[in-house]
Amino acid sequence: MLQDWVVVVVSFAYLGVLFAIAYWADRRADGGRSVIASPTVYALSLAVYCTTWTFYGSVGRAAATGIGFLPIYLGPTLTLALGWFVMRKMVRVAKANRITSIADFVASRYGKSQLLGGLVTVIAVIGVIPYIALQLKAVSNSFTILISYPEIVMPAKGGTAPLLQDSAFYVAIILAVFTILFGTRHMDATERHEGMVAAIAFESVVKLLAFFVVGIFVTYGIYDGFVDVFDRAQASARLTSLMTTRDSAASYGSWAALTFLSMLSVLLLPRQFQIAVVENVDESHVRRAVWLFPLYLFLINIFVLPIAIGGLLRFPAGVDADTFVLTLPMAHHEQTITLLAFIGGLSAATGMVIVETIALSTMVCNDLVMPALLRMRVRALHARHDLSGLLLGIRRWAIGILVLLGYVYFRAAGEAYALVSIGLMSFAAVAQFAPAVIGGLYWKGGTRGGALAGLLAGFVVWIYTLLLPSFAKSGWLPVEFMTGGLFGIDVLRPQQLFGLQGLDEITHCLLWSLLANIGAYLGVSLARMPNAGEASQATLFVDAKERDSVAAWRGGAAVAELLPLASRFLGPDRAREAFERHARDRGLARVDDLPADARLAQFAEGLLAGAIGSASARVMIASLVQEEPLGLDEVMDILDEASQVRAHSRELEEKSLELEQATAELRAANAQLRELDRMKDDFISTVSHELRTPLTSIRAFSEMLLEDPDIGLDERKRFLGIVVAEAGRLSRLINQILDMARLESGRAEWTTESVDLPAVVGASVESLGQMFRDKGVEVSVDLPAGPITVFADRDRLTQVMINLLSNAQKFVPDDGGCVAVAVRRTGNSVLVAVDDNGPGIAAEDRELVFEKFRQGGNVLTDKPHGTGLGLPISRQIIEYFGGRLWVESAPGQGAKFQFMLPIHDDGAPTT
Amino acid sequence: MMRSRLVAQRLAALFLLGCLLFNYPLLALFNRDIEVLGIPLLYAYVFGAWLALIVLMALAVERGGRP
Repeated sequence: MLQDWVVVVVSFAYLGVLFAIAYWADRRADGGRSVIASPTVYALSLAVYCTTWTFYGSVGRAAATGIGFLPIYLGPTLTLALGWFVMRKMVRVAKANRITSIADFVASRYGKSQLLGGLVTVIAVIGVIPYIALQLKAVSNSFTILISYPEIVMPAKGGTAPLLQDSAFYVAIILAVFTILFGTRHMDATERHEGMVAAIAFESVVKLLAFFVVGIFVTYGIYDGFVDVFDRAQASARLTSLMTTRDSAASYGSWAALTFLSMLSVLLLPRQFQIAVVENVDESHVRRAVWLFPLYLFLINIFVLPIAIGGLLRFPAGVDADTFVLTLPMAHHEQTITLLAFIGGLSAATGMVIVETIALSTMVCNDLVMPALLRMRVRALHARHDLSGLLLGIRRWAIGILVLLGYVYFRAAGEAYALVSIGLMSFAAVAQFAPAVIGGLYWKGGTRGGALAGLLAGFVVWIYTLLLPSFAKSGWLPVEFMTGGLFGIDVLRPQQLFGLQGLDEITHCLLWSLLANIGAYLGVSLARMPNAGEASQATLFVDAKERDSVAAWRGGAAVAELLPLASRFLGPDRAREAFERHARDRGLARVDDLPADARLAQFAEGLLAGAIGSASARVMIASLVQEEPLGLDEVMDILDEASQVRAHSRELEEKSLELEQATAELRAANAQLRELDRMKDDFISTVSHELRTPLTSIRAFSEMLLEDPDIGLDERKRFLGIVVAEAGRLSRLINQILDMARLESGRAEWTTESVDLPAVVGASVESLGQMFRDKGVEVSVDLPAGPITVFADRDRLTQVMINLLSNAQKFVPDDGGCVAVAVRRTGNSVLVAVDDNGPGIAAEDRELVFEKFRQGGNVLTDKPHGTGLGLPISRQIIEYFGGRLWVESAPGQGAKFQFMLPIHDDGAPTT
Repeated sequence: MMRSRLVAQRLAALFLLGCLLFNYPLLALFNRDIEVLGIPLLYAYVFGAWLALIVLMALAVERGGRP
């Protein structure tokens, strides 16, 4: 059954099925019913991680080192646990920035640098070529073994067969042609390949099923279950060592190193980035992948050990353990299972080669060839209207050359290594992207220079410690290079660099290359501040939230310019369609209605980025957009605003609030002070005015007496009387001012005691009796029978009473003046009223009379009757003792000054 | 948002747990030539811990993350 032609036909039939699936998925996507819009398909497509390395190589590795094949799958499990953070963020950033590959990602992060994109592409291409070689080796070996059925013959050493008789050569050509047909059927603006993803998910199912069938056959068909397999292994002296791992620091160290390496690779391999990030249709798909992809890895590894043990038990040392998956069914003449195993291996290889070379060809085209063509201003580029054909051509050539380079490496060095060792070289190469990518996602300080230096340093160390030794081992370089070091310098021995021994070559390379890489990345990045472009991209990547990207264009370009540009790269129909969609999104009927604004430029850039990469798209659009230059200061301002100020804003807000309160308080205090100042000025001017009036009359009359000796005695007496009266008024005034000042400043002396208020009132009236009698004023006093005690200063109360009484006396008419004094108890207080029949006080003056130097009546016409301080002082005194003083009056009805004081109940009975 | 943060924290914790389980020194404890139910201890341990970790990860994202 397993003749050559059967194997070939089945292989091509399988490739045909892949085509059909891709075609069907593309059709469904065009119809709006995408197959890959499913988290399960996403998780399955991630299993492109499992290549022939897993399918054939894991068994080989297990046969050599026991459990040593597992770190490669434990690492991705751990990464997926972090996938919730890292992968989702990468997806979000990539979508927002229209990232098309890992080279694009790095270039875009560090200021859209074409140089960086190119460097990443070169590293990826050189680093991944051994990995492609691995697939070619596995497929061609499996084919060679299969067609010699039923004999089990190990294939001849690679590179020994003539080119045209080397099956690997044909495998390479078929894979290249298939990938070209498959992956570059048309130019997609978003660089997404629905059909490819669907086919890859299908391949993941196929290879898992195939491996399961072989595993179940070996475990339960040949042997009697897991326990039986392990029992037999224990019984064989050759195999007991596989049951444990070497218990040494180096062994655990390399275990940890491989785990770490695979953690990085599952994110950074170009094909993983393509599937996990670029082809991701929905960020939420990551949720299921977090556990489904590790579960896939778990399942595909369950039967590795039984197959390895079975192979070791069954075959002599001559059979390569990397082929056990195929040779064990063969040895038992299970043709169907054998063919299925071959298809599983083919599926693993094609999946890897398709995605890897498509991802790499995108990078080569967008980040290497196009920038170079643009830079050289190739005339053809400007002459041709539709460049989409050129882009496709570049990619096709890139795919062909990549697979061919894989074949060349296979011829050169492939046979010196087992499958896994070849793959690990590629892992170590792509691990060099880790500082730039992971650092770029979480650290804003990384600069273009730092990323360049880090990548270069790490890559050079990788070449020196891993790639060149692989050439040396296969005889392409002199062996002295390995044993004696470069130029015979012993410390430069590539796999014991600087004398570091005891590590396996992968751990050794990883240690030195990442040391150099991270060191250079950090060192150079920290040498200077990120410039404006780097800083703005850093913000987009590090602060990626669920929001639209910032409109980075600060000018616009017209549809008339942008549409032809896009047409040249996407093809006229596709470009026109995209622009029409954009116009509809913005609510415009026609494409020509689109304004020449930054948003249109942004849209066009995104569109182009899908076709030629973000760095090239930037350059193309920049040539059209009349952009206002974005100054460093402006960018720094924006960044400051966005990051630093926001971080402190809460704090600042609190502080400014406090400050505002303090300011308000200060302002109030200041206003009060100013008011007081004004009042003091008023007071002083009033006081000096009041003092001058009596002084003037004293002076005038004194001068008259002095200058005129002829004044008669009567006149003289009258004048002297005036002088004495005015002098008295002056001293009274001064006393009252002092008194007032003391009261106001709180420095007045009080002798507080229990005072019988009616007695005080009576005594006051008594003391002024003569004055009233002189003016002919009738005074009536109405006092209660018993004593009413208040707590106050007797002299001060007397002062108040005299004040009120003399005021009343002043204002009553000369003829028929009448003053009534009454003391009454009202509840808990006592009310004293001094009633007169004078002119009364107008309503508006009733409060004014209690102000300093203010008197009732017309100030301009009426002669002043007192100092103007009596009432204010009285009010102060009464208020000091907890009472109040007020006046009730109406013009022409007389005035009634009353004060009220709380009764001091000292236990004495009152009636 | 709160729940999603909880999911993130659980996954971060599981990541650390995985780093611990699959490395020296815990790994060395199981690196013995003994069998558990006929399976070598080291394999039983690594595969068992691996599966447990995957189950926990599945529980963390699928049950905790629904808003």
